[in-house]
Amino acid sequence: MSVNLTRRQFFKVCATGLATSSVAALGFTPNAALAEVREFKLSGAKETRNTCPYCSVSCGVLMYSLGSNAKNAKQEIFHIEGDPDHPINRGTLCPKGAALLDFVHSSSRLRQPEYRPSGASDWQRISWEEAFERISRHMKSDRDRNFEATNEQGAAVNRWLSCGMLAASASSNESGYLTHKFARSVGLLAFDNQARV
Amino acid sequence: MASLAPTFGRGAMTNHWVDIKNTNLVLIMGGNAAEAHPCGFKWVTEAKAHNKARLIVVDPRFTRSAALADFYAPIRAGTDIAFLGGVINYLIESGNVHQEYVNAYTDATFIVREDFDFRDGLFSGHDAASRSYDRSTWMYELGDDGYARTDPTLQHPRCVFNLLKRHYARYTSDVVSEITGTPEEDFLTVCKMIADTAAPDRTMTIMYALGWTQHSKGSQMIRCAAMVQLLLGNIGQSGGGMNALRGHSNIQGLTDLGLLSDLLPGYLTLPKETETEYDPYIAARAFKPLRPNQMSYWQNYSKFFVSLMKAWFGNAATPENNWCFDWLPKLDKVHDVLQVFEDMHQGKLNGYICQGFNPLAAFPDKRKLGEALANLDYLVIIDPLETETSEFWKDYGEFNPADSARITTEVFRLPSTCFAEEHGSLVNSGRWLQWHWKGAEPPGAAKGDAEIIAGIFLKLRQLYQEEGGAFPEPIMNLTWNHLIPEEPSAEELAREFNGKALVDLTDTEDPNKVLRRAGQQLSGFGELRDDGSTACGCWLFCGAWTEEGNLMARRDNSDPSGLGNTLGWAFSWPANRRILYNRASADPNGKPWDSHRRVISWDGERWSGIDVPDFSRTSPPTQGMGPFIMNPEGVARLFAVDKMAEGPFPEHYEPFESPLAANPLHAENPAARNNPAARVFPGDLENMGNADAFPYVATTYRLTEHFHYWTKHVEINAILQPEQFVEIGASLAEEKGIAAGDRIRVSSKRGAIVAKAVVTKRLRKLTVQGRTVHQIGLPIHWGFKGRAKPGYLTNTLTPFVGDANTNTPEFKAFLVNVEKA
Repeated sequence: MSVNLTRRQFFKVCATGLATSSVAALGFTPNAALAEVREFKLSGAKETRNTCPYCSVSCGVLMYSLGSNAKNAKQEIFHIEGDPDHPINRGTLCPKGAALLDFVHSSSRLRQPEYRPSGASDWQRISWEEAFERISRHMKSDRDRNFEATNEQGAAVNRWLSCGMLAASASSNESGYLTHKFARSVGLLAFDNQARV
Repeated sequence: MASLAPTFGRGAMTNHWVDIKNTNLVLIMGGNAAEAHPCGFKWVTEAKAHNKARLIVVDPRFTRSAALADFYAPIRAGTDIAFLGGVINYLIESGNVHQEYVNAYTDATFIVREDFDFRDGLFSGHDAASRSYDRSTWMYELGDDGYARTDPTLQHPRCVFNLLKRHYARYTSDVVSEITGTPEEDFLTVCKMIADTAAPDRTMTIMYALGWTQHSKGSQMIRCAAMVQLLLGNIGQSGGGMNALRGHSNIQGLTDLGLLSDLLPGYLTLPKETETEYDPYIAARAFKPLRPNQMSYWQNYSKFFVSLMKAWFGNAATPENNWCFDWLPKLDKVHDVLQVFEDMHQGKLNGYICQGFNPLAAFPDKRKLGEALANLDYLVIIDPLETETSEFWKDYGEFNPADSARITTEVFRLPSTCFAEEHGSLVNSGRWLQWHWKGAEPPGAAKGDAEIIAGIFLKLRQLYQEEGGAFPEPIMNLTWNHLIPEEPSAEELAREFNGKALVDLTDTEDPNKVLRRAGQQLSGFGELRDDGSTACGCWLFCGAWTEEGNLMARRDNSDPSGLGNTLGWAFSWPANRRILYNRASADPNGKPWDSHRRVISWDGERWSGIDVPDFSRTSPPTQGMGPFIMNPEGVARLFAVDKMAEGPFPEHYEPFESPLAANPLHAENPAARNNPAARVFPGDLENMGNADAFPYVATTYRLTEHFHYWTKHVEINAILQPEQFVEIGASLAEEKGIAAGDRIRVSSKRGAIVAKAVVTKRLRKLTVQGRTVHQIGLPIHWGFKGRAKPGYLTNTLTPFVGDANTNTPEFKAFLVNVEKA
């Protein structure tokens, strides 16, 4: 068995008390002298704390990313592992949480707004601006046509029943709160999240 | 939520994940934590290893949780109330009731109205035509003082304890076994193990999930278990509790924030059609105490409501316009998802927005769902992934036959960020609000959910500004105080739902004393007022982002008591309390039931301990305030009064598709075969199968390698469980000549799927009323999108009927046939 040592490790070994000559005599000589040891691969990475988005255990995760945040060097996550400080999971992850990196980089992640016209058999790409314009136009025409301001007794009911919305129970409280505010301001009642199923 | 709130006052897991380690006994029933919540199940393992705890699993399948159990009992899917009702009967008959707890902390001593009745499987007030109850008789007898009458001696024949005893006397062990298929001796073994925790210093925790909620009487299954825990005195104690293991990472948070048809944030409720006046709306919700000296915390309803309206509508909300009460939509009916897809199927909806939700896979009866979506004019999808719903119009052969040319729905698909690309907080099952941080930019042009909502909303507001239109006031006046209006930040939104003072808040006793300056963040919901001087988007979350900063981001994991109560880690609603109803961890005199698990106790002046008291800090035991501070009774409800759709006591009914032609408890009354208060739409009953054509009981389930219809997009998970399969028991396989790996066709009245057979001993045949019943298991994780091998959406098979309280679909018990394909 041959032992490979870098130059720096070699000197370290020597300094622990063994005579240089006897170490050399045993064959422990560095083969190629490198400038330094290979870096631990996470040491230059940025560490960000997050929570697993799947079940409700809420395992803490640490995400490691690289990138200087310059215009064309955005942060990219290359490793995710359990957070050992988290009181619930204490660093562990299940087969779903352990594979989170592949969710972040899934090939079926959506990247651009798309539009499927009536009767079409495929998608077309559209801009955000166009998407917002067309969606809000659809909503306004529908709402203006079908809004119920009062019921048969003449009491204010202010509701819009011909449109509905499902909210995401994997989204944050902050997104959920804003979504709720939006939904009631336009008068939606057909409004639910995954808590029902 | 629909069962815990009517029992205890709040709809949430009572304890938290780490606290499970303090238990003496774990009952996993209606869930499979080892596979579905693996890192939470670790605390079961911890309890077994370090607290000598034992684990019982009751499930139709011998799951991976069962594999680690000290005792496993099989059960026929959909019969859990029969089982748990039998446990109640056993506990009462054998005297294993924590009587001091029951008398002091439940409504056992309360006297029920004389006209309340239960006969032939139906409670008083049933109307067969509308499948609903007039619930007015389901109430306590009230004295002239307005308080409920009680009999502390439990002698009165109509006190709740005696009614309970009589109701469950029918659930003897032989009857239970006849209905559930659980061998009688197995049932009795479970009863004995559970009964052991009636001792004041022993606790059981119950862990459940969709295995209880997804039934036509799922809420009552959970309630029945909650009643077992009350009889044993296991609520409020460390290591006890009713621990609802929620599915999604923020399903608790979105429920707390009220994103359901009939709710507002913090479990406030939307006004009904008949509630178009402000004062009666508030009065109907600000419950007055039903017993002397009770807190009845909902008395503060108007403070929560006014503060919400100030958060949403700012200066437009004034006392003169009742804080914009008229602007809220009034409920003509609850528009739960089944109702909405029924209406969509009838062509009553034009538009629909799906934000991070895949209804084509998630709701029952895929064919009906696809037909409904095709009736829309426009569909907006907001998602990080390519969902099946977004391509319901596209032909995927046998997995999604569609004629695109005939489907006129315009579909918009908007890419959103995932967890790694945003800041924000999530609420876990144990009610902890935990902050997370963004680690990278989203792919391509994807935007955050808040940005996308802002994009639609601001454009819509602009159109109303320019053109006018139907009732623009709430849209024009909605508060939108964001530095960049197009990009509302998580920090701004969190501060808004926490709430702030709008003017200097002064002491009600001393007007010169300023408690909180205008503009400052509030420190807790105790500071909220109903005069328009405070704004708070969700009273329950008040305290999460105070003048001290973002408490959800705290990371002090120190655990001084060793009981896992890390008060410095994140923030837990309400008011950072970790174990709900923790006053009940001490006896009526304020002394802990178990000195080794002291949560809080009375020290002569105040309540203190290892948790924030879920109680008035200074109310002495002699005052007699009950631990269930949200309930007007002050105590927990064994008798649910009028809070549940199908009755104050859970009763066993058969699933809508059952192998039995009648309910064995009420063989003579066809109206009591299935849940008599469950809503069934015309046409759907005809779409139910019977046991002649579909002789096997099917139950859907999840695998540890997958999360719903999501991880099939994730390469490693798609490799771990690449292909759809159906699990069938060895005896049925032998009978049918099916070998492991054969392709089999599973059909219900609504459709058929083809998948590979996995033949196991985990599903054993049961004997029910002398007949053999086979059960089959259907994992749900495949579809026509993603990296895994394409498969059928399992909801091709499932029936379009839900729980009578929540309308959660009955995915866990229905009928199928199985043949070789």
